[in-house]
Amino acid sequence: MKAKPRLAPPAVVSGRVGDAVQRPDAALKTRGDFPYSSDLQVAGMLWGATVRSPHPYARIVSIDAEDARSMPGVQVVLTHEDVPGRNVYGLEIPDQPVLAMDVVRYWGEAVALVAADHPERARRAAHAVRVEYEVLAPLTDPEVALTEDAPKLHPDGNITRRIKIRRGDQNPRADVVVTGEYEVGMQDQAPLGPESGLAIPDDGGVDLYIATQWLHIDRSQLAGCLGLPPDKVRLTMAGIGGAFGAREDLSMQAHTCMLALRTGRPVKIVYGRAESFVGHVHRHPARLRYEHGATRDGKLVYVKARIMLDGGAYASSSTAVIANACCFAVGPYECPNATIDGWVVYTNNPPCGAMRGFGSVQNCYAHEAQMDKLAAALSIDPVELRIRNALESGGSLITGQVVDGPVPVAEILRRVRAMPLPPAVTSEHLDLTQMPGGVSNTTHGEAVRRGVGYAVGFKNVGYSEGFDDYSTARVKLSVVGGRPRVEVHTAAAEVGQGLVTVQAQIAGTELGVHDVIVLNADTQVGSAGSSSASRQTYITGGAVKAACEAVRERVLALAESELTQLSRDGAGGSDDWRLENDAIVSADGTAVITLATLLGEEVIEETREFRPRRTSPLDPETGQANAHMQYAFAAHRAVVDVDTELGLVKVVELATAQDVGKAINPQAVEGQLEGGAAQGLGLAVMEEIQLKDGVIRNPSFTDYLLPTTLDMPPVRIDILELGDPNAPYGLKGVGEPPTISSGPAIVAAIRAASGRSLSRVPVRPHDIVDS
Amino acid sequence: MRVGCTVNGGRVTADDVWEGESLLYLLRERLGLPGSKNACEQGECGSCSVYLDGTLVCACLVLAGQAEDRDLVTVEGIGSADSLHPVQTAFVEAGAVQCGFCTPGLIVATHDLLRRVPQPTTVQIREALAGNICRCTGYAKVIEAVHLAAGRMGSS
Amino acid sequence: MKAAQPEALPIAGGTDVMVDINFDRLRPAAIIDLTRVAELNEWGMDDDFLRIGAGVTYTRIIDELADRLPGLAMASRTVGSPQIRNRGTVGGNLGSASPAGDAHPPLLASDGLVELASTSGSRRLPVREFYVGPKRNAMRKDELIAAFLVEPAKGPQQFSKVGTRNAMVIAVCSFAVALDSERRQVGTGIGSAAPTPVAAGEAETFMEAVLDEGRLWERPAPVASSALARFGELVAAAARPIDDVRGTAAYRTHALAVLARRSFTWAWDEYRRTASA
Repeated sequence: MKAKPRLAPPAVVSGRVGDAVQRPDAALKTRGDFPYSSDLQVAGMLWGATVRSPHPYARIVSIDAEDARSMPGVQVVLTHEDVPGRNVYGLEIPDQPVLAMDVVRYWGEAVALVAADHPERARRAAHAVRVEYEVLAPLTDPEVALTEDAPKLHPDGNITRRIKIRRGDQNPRADVVVTGEYEVGMQDQAPLGPESGLAIPDDGGVDLYIATQWLHIDRSQLAGCLGLPPDKVRLTMAGIGGAFGAREDLSMQAHTCMLALRTGRPVKIVYGRAESFVGHVHRHPARLRYEHGATRDGKLVYVKARIMLDGGAYASSSTAVIANACCFAVGPYECPNATIDGWVVYTNNPPCGAMRGFGSVQNCYAHEAQMDKLAAALSIDPVELRIRNALESGGSLITGQVVDGPVPVAEILRRVRAMPLPPAVTSEHLDLTQMPGGVSNTTHGEAVRRGVGYAVGFKNVGYSEGFDDYSTARVKLSVVGGRPRVEVHTAAAEVGQGLVTVQAQIAGTELGVHDVIVLNADTQVGSAGSSSASRQTYITGGAVKAACEAVRERVLALAESELTQLSRDGAGGSDDWRLENDAIVSADGTAVITLATLLGEEVIEETREFRPRRTSPLDPETGQANAHMQYAFAAHRAVVDVDTELGLVKVVELATAQDVGKAINPQAVEGQLEGGAAQGLGLAVMEEIQLKDGVIRNPSFTDYLLPTTLDMPPVRIDILELGDPNAPYGLKGVGEPPTISSGPAIVAAIRAASGRSLSRVPVRPHDIVDS
Repeated sequence: MRVGCTVNGGRVTADDVWEGESLLYLLRERLGLPGSKNACEQGECGSCSVYLDGTLVCACLVLAGQAEDRDLVTVEGIGSADSLHPVQTAFVEAGAVQCGFCTPGLIVATHDLLRRVPQPTTVQIREALAGNICRCTGYAKVIEAVHLAAGRMGSS
Repeated sequence: MKAAQPEALPIAGGTDVMVDINFDRLRPAAIIDLTRVAELNEWGMDDDFLRIGAGVTYTRIIDELADRLPGLAMASRTVGSPQIRNRGTVGGNLGSASPAGDAHPPLLASDGLVELASTSGSRRLPVREFYVGPKRNAMRKDELIAAFLVEPAKGPQQFSKVGTRNAMVIAVCSFAVALDSERRQVGTGIGSAAPTPVAAGEAETFMEAVLDEGRLWERPAPVASSALARFGELVAAAARPIDDVRGTAAYRTHALAVLARRSFTWAWDEYRRTASA
């Protein structure tokens, strides 16, 4: 009998596209009864711990695990020599070892593994593994990494990818020119659920229960590392405590599988928070140098930009992040001439990769600051200037791609501008919680100035540059307990965004069935692609829809062939039949036959893949291509109060307008807009992984500060549903735009309140008060 | 060592407890109560919030031995499988649950707030929940949920 | 117990100690649970002093002692979160002696005492002598902190803390001021801006002279802005801040001067209001 950990039982969902349907796992989660990957347990389980490098760059001279192996409760200690397959993996470039072999390239890199019968014993044994290092000087400046003399951190040099975008006139003239240099610090996704999972060896292979964003890419990498055929590496999704990009790369998956295969026992690894900070990739820190040229009436003539992203020790998804940062470098504006140069390079800083916004966050700080500078130089209202240059449907990006469908850039700007402003704080009755600094009692109103700022941003939905982006769905219709029931099975990761509910709503709509159950995701069905790039509702939703359509076709065909002419009389032409209310109904809504009656014991099951329209890779010299399949746009307005003597900021209100095409679940859409804005606020004013010579100085929630209830203001929301003609239900991806323009709007507001130019985020008190 | 305490109304004991174990570990790994979460284990996120002798605390900051003979209530003791507590229902209905990792801590902290301040203002809610970090929701619907629960509990 | 095992680590609220244990930084051979020692959880009058057991939590200080110890209650309100305030204690702050502890500035400003107990008896030490270095205090290995003593406020008090977030934040720098209208004294305390919590002695003397010379205690009038500015400068000069992940030395110096000016003004304005009532 195979040991299995307890997973969340799927629950029935009833609802249709457009309803604010409650998620099926909410009740379990409120009771603490929803098993996350860190909650998994099976009998006989061992605990794994990881030995990590205390140096950002060093040669490994020797590893001595003798003492560790003989400690009480320790089952096994593994090093790179014990990797059963290839000791390398990577999302785009296979450059990262499962366990470091001859060199460590970042502080915290995994070097060895321990399995023991208690996590404390595993930790103590990990401390007892003696690794001898030859410490090397870390390469921590990306500009230095670019030079000829820099040490080559990887065999092919330090440049992970170089992007060039050349559009129009490369030596344009403009009436007004503004320049700026901007810096964006390293943000962490900080999902609350720690990296964790449970591997159970079985049948020459392994069952891995894991929280991850893409089961199938994990499986294909794991198969290579473990030296197993893919069908012997069986992945099942466990409950996920948030992701935001932190679970796209392998973290402890290969480690836990290796320990399980070696010991022949189930092994669980759970990272603590400090370990989590080195256990996943971070948002790329960026330096952006921009030059904007415009006519006297504020029409953009050209943008030149140089974008440098620090990719850290391993490539992860850096090649795609720099592409995004460059493609969207100028923002959602018409720009006839562009010269964009971008690099992402290797350093010995912690590896960077996907985080919500994926390159479009960094460039939004730059292009929106530039637009404000232009507006000031031209004495044009900043929102007006943006509207004047707003991209429109049929316009084109600097990559040459024509943007079709609704492109409401001007409209969303107008909407946030039109929203009433929050009232000023009256000094009649002092309420400290309304002050910058709050109950820490730093001001009673002294030196407090209010500022308002705007920003607009955009990015692609889905994967780009010709990537075969698709999802798979298996849909089964049967009768259970006398009622028709739809079972939906995909491998799509429910990370908290509400995908599990959306899948059920789509099935409920397409098949007209009340009872829909979404099974747990695993590798028993085809790939759903990643829960990233704001793509799942579109692409997995599309797959569910396609599979439902196939099921519906068979149901209608079955009805056609089963029903005699007699029973069909008066039921209208079968061409008008549709599925609704657990039945087949005719055009006027009368039931022709109930599904329970029609199906009986019969089960109708279909599996379909869904692909959006194809994209193409960027031309290496010009960056021209139809590189993306959909764009999503959002605008923000921020109101802040700044204590200009202490540099403390209170974000009073955020307002946003975003086109979501079609809100499949309006309440969940609001949740994305509110939550995404909080992550934008975090980067703007408080979140940064602080590095010194490649070492993280603040790997804890004490000093990596996330916004609390007292930091996050209300978010005023205006949702547009303009309908993308190319997408299922006209929907657009929702998750990332809220994190793109929220931060830049806040910084613009702080500039307005303080008069400081503020070219770096997160903005710190000393940035505001420094003279 | 052995630790004995009352949890959610029932007396329990755990053996072979390592002296340095936290109450959080005791609950999750020895007493079969994984509802309290381990997001930071340093009292900075509130995901491990429980009642200790009727007081809201972070279980990660209580030594397992300190729970000896004390009365504990965890999220598993609020509401039941058959009927959710009004606080839990409100969180579900208001859309305040996304990934849900912070939810158990928020449920306990909200339960604590409403028994002390049955009709809290938004400011009071924000202050009371300032020790509970959520990374998904931006707190808007959490605050709506608390108002919703307060309204229902007040009128019953 | 402590005498028998001097290496044993005392724990009460656990808000410092447990973090070190959970993070592998501490592996004490033995731990003593102080939450069961009833006397540590009590407070009462002891002659002219309030004697508050080392185990009295921040929540209780806010709920039960805000009127008598307004500065300490203000500081308590800025500590962590409700969960932390329900367990954290002034005793713990004193025991770990971190310069960032929120209780230290108000204790310094009110000239508090620390009562240390051992099997050989107990002794009381002025709080100003208690901090000897970064995270080091004057306790002997066989001693436990039994209580702290402080006079009920004899005038308005204020506490102010700079942090880069509005809740659950370790001070970038903090400042407490306490006016003693009986003795005509100004007390101060600085946090997170020196190797230990420190008082700003020169600033105190300066402002006492300003108030005396202007006979402002008897005929309360606003203090001149030049005097307030000088007070701020002297407070900042008493600090010896460093650059760290939370802030720069230069910013801390600047911020302290601002906090000192503002909080003294609020305290003095309150004195003027109540004196004229």
